[in-house]
Amino acid sequence: MTGQADSSTGTESNDGAGGATPLLQLTGIVKQFPGCLANDHVDLAIQPGEIHALLGENGAGKSTLVKIIYGVLKPDEGEIRWQGQPIAVQSPNHARRLGIGMVFQHFSLFEALTVAENIALGLTDAADRKGLRARIGEIGRAYGLQLDPDKAVHDLSVGERQRIEIVRCLLQKPKLLIMDEPTSVLTPQEVERLFETLRRLAREGCAILYISHKLEEIRALCERATIMRLGKVVAHCDPRQETARRLAELMIGTELKAASHHGRGGRDGAPRLAVRELSLKSEQQFGTDLKGVSFTVKGGEILGIGGIAGNGQSELMAALSGEMLAQSSDAVVIDNVPAGRLGPRARRALGGCFVPEERNGHGAVRDMSLSENAFLSGYVRQALAWRGLIDAGRSARFAEDVIKSFDVRTTGSGAEARSLSGGNLQKFIVGREVKQGPSVLVVSQPTWGVDAGAAAAIHQALIDLADGGAAVVVISQDLDEIFVLCDRIAVIAEGRLSQTIPVAEASVEQIGQWMGGTHLRDVGASHASA
Amino acid sequence: MLRLEPRGAHSRWWTYASPVLAMALTVVTSAIIFSILGKDPLESLYVFLVAPLVSSSGLPELFVKAAPLILIGVGLSLGFRANVWNIGAEGQYTLGAVFAGGLALAYPDAPALLLIPAMIVLGCVGGMVWAAIPAYLRTHWNANEILTSLMLTYVAQLLLIYLVTGPWRDPEGYGFPQTALFSMNATAPILVDGTRVHLGVLVALLAGILGWVVLTRSVIGFQLRVLGQAPRAARFAGFSQNRLIWLSLLTGGGLAGVAGMFEVAGPVGQLTPQISPGYGFTAIIVAFLGRLHPIGVIFGGLILALSYLGGETAQIDLGMPNAVTGIFQGVLLFFLLACDVLILYRLRGPRARAAGGA
Repeated sequence: MTGQADSSTGTESNDGAGGATPLLQLTGIVKQFPGCLANDHVDLAIQPGEIHALLGENGAGKSTLVKIIYGVLKPDEGEIRWQGQPIAVQSPNHARRLGIGMVFQHFSLFEALTVAENIALGLTDAADRKGLRARIGEIGRAYGLQLDPDKAVHDLSVGERQRIEIVRCLLQKPKLLIMDEPTSVLTPQEVERLFETLRRLAREGCAILYISHKLEEIRALCERATIMRLGKVVAHCDPRQETARRLAELMIGTELKAASHHGRGGRDGAPRLAVRELSLKSEQQFGTDLKGVSFTVKGGEILGIGGIAGNGQSELMAALSGEMLAQSSDAVVIDNVPAGRLGPRARRALGGCFVPEERNGHGAVRDMSLSENAFLSGYVRQALAWRGLIDAGRSARFAEDVIKSFDVRTTGSGAEARSLSGGNLQKFIVGREVKQGPSVLVVSQPTWGVDAGAAAAIHQALIDLADGGAAVVVISQDLDEIFVLCDRIAVIAEGRLSQTIPVAEASVEQIGQWMGGTHLRDVGASHASA
Repeated sequence: MLRLEPRGAHSRWWTYASPVLAMALTVVTSAIIFSILGKDPLESLYVFLVAPLVSSSGLPELFVKAAPLILIGVGLSLGFRANVWNIGAEGQYTLGAVFAGGLALAYPDAPALLLIPAMIVLGCVGGMVWAAIPAYLRTHWNANEILTSLMLTYVAQLLLIYLVTGPWRDPEGYGFPQTALFSMNATAPILVDGTRVHLGVLVALLAGILGWVVLTRSVIGFQLRVLGQAPRAARFAGFSQNRLIWLSLLTGGGLAGVAGMFEVAGPVGQLTPQISPGYGFTAIIVAFLGRLHPIGVIFGGLILALSYLGGETAQIDLGMPNAVTGIFQGVLLFFLLACDVLILYRLRGPRARAAGGA
């Protein structure tokens, strides 16, 4: 492929279809999956050098559309024109040869290999590997994507890992770069750096298709937006001219109900969950050990634990849920009962409920029915077993109750978990835990990959639970979520927890610095809690 | 060109249709093999698959042969559901036979009402002891149970050979490697007069029904299924993986041991080095043919029992080698695995566009 110069005729973005030939034009794209029309006559035009947002709820058909562009899926109907020529993208390889690059939400990197090795593995043409290190350096300097080619990936932050993926794409000199939810794992500082890189690429003529749920980001970055709902394009707009609220309403098609925050500061009374000097060795090869984590949460209070992925969140979750046992039973105390050496079942009996980060295969079993999935974590508190036998009737009723209360869109409690969209399954899992009336609820990434409507419902459920007197812990990488939802905030970095401060007194800048690990210098002060 | 398209979900229909299709293809393939061997394919198929059933002793013999397959297959299917791959049922079967046989030889005159139940228990214990070794190695040292259980099969066989050629050899057996015949009291009671249908057949059928209840209705069965499908979810729910590994292996081993006990206390009547024509391995095919479902295992056991009977009649009537049984079983497993693709994928006819999907 030649450089970007030949496609940079339309650096000024055109608002309409007129003007220069679009770089990519999709007309009437239809994609039918069994039982679901994922794309229903979708039209999309991307001009060279523009940053174009693709916006929509989960299940709106964004991923399907992007996979069609990138050659992973074939459309059933419709036409794709690339630089004016009708084409059929045969495969991701073909897409890359055309000049389409994609950075996926979940990276495909080998942790034990170095940066350069990972990039070399991603190149399809062996000849490209010559002088690779020099070119990694060049691209890094040109676009602010500094990387040490000899560092092993497991030593890198998520932001750095994402840079590898971007560099890998840029080595192919793309004319169109697709970014799938790129900021969900980044610190505010890293987001700002990423945006600079993207703006610079756009100025040089590379078009960017930016997929995100984060409306403020889209307003800050993108010139044009295509909004999808239920497989159809519902609006084209200039996001800079719209409010975030308006964009959200276009996306979900109804008026947004903002989460109503309960009385700030929690209630007086004994802590319902107390963690004292919790240290734990990770079981994962490249996991993060927990080091002296301490915090307390009172009834009626929501504590947010922020941090960049891979800083000990999954270990903390496992230590709280009982999937990993602490060294001493005093390390985790639920309602004044030492629970550090108790397994998940006993902790549930004490009143603990848990929502792990991963839905498929951790919080739920994909190939089992919702009724069975309700039994999975509900059998202790809801008494769904009788003399070693499953009470199928009670399990189904419990599942139906969750489905109804949390507006889970499904055919019923007999449906397999895999048949639900991500957001609906998350609503079911959160609902399953909330409906058990826990005294302590620990939730990890409650709205990861969940659309705005479902996220609002989940937030409201957590707030209602806290208002009812439960202690709630939200482990999230989404700072906006913590600020909206929580009374107090702490940050986990490298397995240590910062001090806990009221959200009202926290600034994004300060939290961002803590996420980078700056609080580690004054560890001594980190065990205080409000 | 035909192409495969992901269904996006399990096809319930094909889950049960796949074994039927696999059997049809196996029959067709067998006919082709027979004709290559110079036999009339239709006559051969009749001799192999139908003649054993229509003979006077046919149906009862089918159940006698199926009993050990069903007993072992039910145990294996529970473990396989939990991704515990006990491949050494053959060895556990042997140890069950040895434990029970030892008791039968030591107390030949004990009353049958005591001796037979005691032999069942001891057979079960024997199988469990042998299965406990891979369970211990897996839970303490994370040693792969596929390898350890398989290797122990050969140890068990050597132990059996040592016993029947050494300390337990029948002193009046003209030096043959075998024990004395078991006493009448140590022989499994016959349930249907004039046949060889013994108590073990009933026990096998009950095991199938009990296994079905355990798997589909009990909390333990649920735990096994969750562990197999999503180990992290099992941990999240508080199900102990080690406990379930022990349970799977002990159940599989125990049932294999009971199968061994009934085989030596029934059709064989003594310990010899040839107490099993590979039941422990064939039961693996039985478990998969039965969809790892204990009721399905009963049908799977009957079908593979037919392949043993058919192999015998084919030897006698057609002069074919005994390997016919092994070939039939192998071809069946081959087609079964191939047809199972249809559970997750559908075949599509020629279309303009090339195959897609990730």
